[in-house]
Amino acid sequence: METLNCRSVIENPCTMCMPMGGILPFKGVAQSMVILHGSQGCATYMRRHIAEHFNEPIDVASSSLNEKGTVYGGEKNLKSGLDNLLKLYNPSLIGVLTTCLAETIGEDTDMITAQYLQERGLTDFPIVTVPTPGYGGSDFEGYWLAAKRIISALACKTKKHGKINVIIPNISPADIREIKRILLLMKTDFTLFPDFSDTLDSAFVRPYQKIPNGGTEKDDISAMPGAAATVQLSLTVTDTNSPGIYLEREFGIPLYNLPIPTGIGNTDLFINALKEITGAEIPPVLHQERGRLLDCMIDSHKYNFAGRSVIFGDPELVYAVTKTCIENGIFPVVVATGGKASNLKRLLQPHLVECPIETQILSETDFAQIRVKSMETGANIAIGHSDGRYLTEKEGIPLVRIGFPIHDRVGGQRLLSVGYTGTAIFLDRLTNTLLENKYKNYRRSMYEKHYQEKKAGERHGLQQFL
Amino acid sequence: MAAVKITDLPVIERENSISIKGKQKKQLKCDTDSVAGCVSQRACVYCGARVVLNPITDAVHLVHGPIGCASYTWDIRGSLSSGSELYRNSFSTDLKENDVIFGGEKKLARAIDELVAKYRPKLVFVYSTCIVGVIGDDLQAVCRAAAQRHGIEVIPVESSGFIGNKAAGYRAACDALLSLIKPADSLIGQIPKSINYLGDFNLAGEAWIIKKYLNRIGVTVNVVFTGDSNYESLKNTARASLNIIQCAGSMIYLAQKMKELYDIPFINVSFLGLQDTADSLRKIAAFFNDQEIMRRAEELIKNEEAEVKPVIADYSDKFVGKKAAVYVGGGFKAVSLIKQFAEIGIEVVMIGTQTGRKEEYKSINDLVNDGTVILDDANPSELEKFMLEKGAHLLVGGVKERPLAYKLGMAFIDHNHDRKHPLSGFVGAVNFAREVYSTLCSPIWTLVNRG
Repeated sequence: METLNCRSVIENPCTMCMPMGGILPFKGVAQSMVILHGSQGCATYMRRHIAEHFNEPIDVASSSLNEKGTVYGGEKNLKSGLDNLLKLYNPSLIGVLTTCLAETIGEDTDMITAQYLQERGLTDFPIVTVPTPGYGGSDFEGYWLAAKRIISALACKTKKHGKINVIIPNISPADIREIKRILLLMKTDFTLFPDFSDTLDSAFVRPYQKIPNGGTEKDDISAMPGAAATVQLSLTVTDTNSPGIYLEREFGIPLYNLPIPTGIGNTDLFINALKEITGAEIPPVLHQERGRLLDCMIDSHKYNFAGRSVIFGDPELVYAVTKTCIENGIFPVVVATGGKASNLKRLLQPHLVECPIETQILSETDFAQIRVKSMETGANIAIGHSDGRYLTEKEGIPLVRIGFPIHDRVGGQRLLSVGYTGTAIFLDRLTNTLLENKYKNYRRSMYEKHYQEKKAGERHGLQQFL
Repeated sequence: MAAVKITDLPVIERENSISIKGKQKKQLKCDTDSVAGCVSQRACVYCGARVVLNPITDAVHLVHGPIGCASYTWDIRGSLSSGSELYRNSFSTDLKENDVIFGGEKKLARAIDELVAKYRPKLVFVYSTCIVGVIGDDLQAVCRAAAQRHGIEVIPVESSGFIGNKAAGYRAACDALLSLIKPADSLIGQIPKSINYLGDFNLAGEAWIIKKYLNRIGVTVNVVFTGDSNYESLKNTARASLNIIQCAGSMIYLAQKMKELYDIPFINVSFLGLQDTADSLRKIAAFFNDQEIMRRAEELIKNEEAEVKPVIADYSDKFVGKKAAVYVGGGFKAVSLIKQFAEIGIEVVMIGTQTGRKEEYKSINDLVNDGTVILDDANPSELEKFMLEKGAHLLVGGVKERPLAYKLGMAFIDHNHDRKHPLSGFVGAVNFAREVYSTLCSPIWTLVNRG
């Protein structure tokens, strides 16, 4: 796997930092708030980044460390920050995430928060600390570490109950709602975590809720150790950061670690796992949806075969999208993650064997390198978050938006891409992008190819219109 | 409507940063550190510096720090270029755990070498971030050595996030600019009737619009700070005979320094709204004390106003009885917005800024009606409280404020750096009125208010 380790500079990042990812699982816990221990800017940048994707107010506090706090320690700032956060929002749980600054000056947030709760007589109040220095990993690692820390902080030994834990990666609120619909169709009793399907895609209601309704209930998280099984939708999370592995090792809950159910194969895995765990039959409606997806795949297969995809972003999403592309003949030429993705190549290998072309897998990469590789390999469709618009602008490769963040279009929170139905909708987005490109260009390209000699230096594709 | 009180705020420390016109005599507290845990809307020092310098088109903007700082600032601003597009890239040394332990100087030097080899820039800005300030990398030394090695300018920007608020970043950017514009001896000597235009970042071509106006009245724009500027144009800075400053929050320090070092006088201007645009053109003409410039300025104002005033009046008819709330970054914008809203018949009932200065809050206080809430470094809870209590129909703000307004069922005006339409000059005044119309008079509110 090619990485940028030989280089000292990143040109146009394809990843975000650890605390950014760490904020999201907390948004999926009922009535919770986050405070970042560090300088004010971190919270503001991340709020802006998240708010622009979800089109929701994103309130994240900061301990607003200044020079004094940096030199003499930020304990005072963090404690008064917690005081103010409680006064302003009255949350039921607070996440304390560190930043580069707090970690570099060696802040012990476990100690400070324990002391704080003692001093204020709030020993029952749940504060979950997560060490998330920006230099310690990507948003992907921050997300999973925070998810795991929330569970490990709240989990209690619980009497066995029949529920299933469903642990969700960073997918859209619409995806989460679809997964819940499938769980209900499969007659599953479940605890889904983190559930930001309502909190980050909330309905317009009056009066305004400072902390939007929704999210996994604290008590349900506490009871996760009593579940019959855990279904975790992440093959690429490391064992250390894996909530599913934590629940398995600490409480003996059997773990079904699966990919995001995007693509027919991945959705089969999900539904078959539910069937195996609950013993419930797959209802006719899901069979029908599967049949409809197959029909959709057949209808589009010739158009799809013209696609050569460059897929980038969060490793988990990249894995699911790559598999979906392979199923449909939109063979991936570049598969890229900005952060570390140590097992991605191994996971993809058995599927890539079916590809008639070679696939470049890049990890710890940036958009400058993705751009070069995309041109070398003749990519004609980009799939990922909105930073990929760079590939459209510079090289004319059209972009199908999926994942986080999507800043230049509305509706990132409503993009549906999971389950049989979601896959069909996602596949239509891919196919139609290929078709749009074809209709835009075929008259001119046929004219150039067959009527007149192409002028020297002229290029095919969208480029000529940019 | 219940009386608006600021004594029932949950966080007492915030009380001195909020005032109600006509109620208190006390000075509003501003330019202080944000209160921890209050969810301030402010960004950091690095952000302030990056905002100011990023529009310099042919520079390499290299962030020495962890990946996030570069990731969140990649091509997010609407500054346009007539030349190089290099500024639209975000470069990072991507510091990792090892670099934090062993220092990042060598990595930084290699990063500069690689970028210089690839892009051949004449100018590199190296931004310091929080951890660089703590681990003690000698940014100055690395930049100096790299500058010598490559024979170009490599300028460190001292923008560690914790050394103050966004305003400290403006200062860091101005310091970087000062070291860049130091003129060669041959360049001394002012060009008559030429100006530097400070504090316009050419969002959606705004600096181009103003440049055209000034050319039309017989004034040459030497260089804009920093919208669509480049290495060569900035090197000529010292030759202008006047500095005009729009965004004073970010640029007043630079103007004062230029007065001191190069004897270039400065005046404050604003091209937001009809009144401010006309006043500013007259002010510039008056400064040069040139009959022809004054005549041409009057002519331009007359022609432009004749064209846009009827259009704006048509819109204003639809705004009767509407009230606006304003929460923006800097003070100049806030001051201009009060006047601009008055031009279209809308009263400002709440107004605040992230980094306004004392003088600007004084102007704000002078301009607004009694009962208007004025706040510095506000948070979402305060914005919500006062907008609802004051019955605002519309909020002006940035990306973070937008969803709050919408969730409260209010109209919203994007007055941020990533907008795609100009709000400056006469043409901008029309755009502004149209934007107010498009959001205030949308059918959606009838539906929403019907419940």
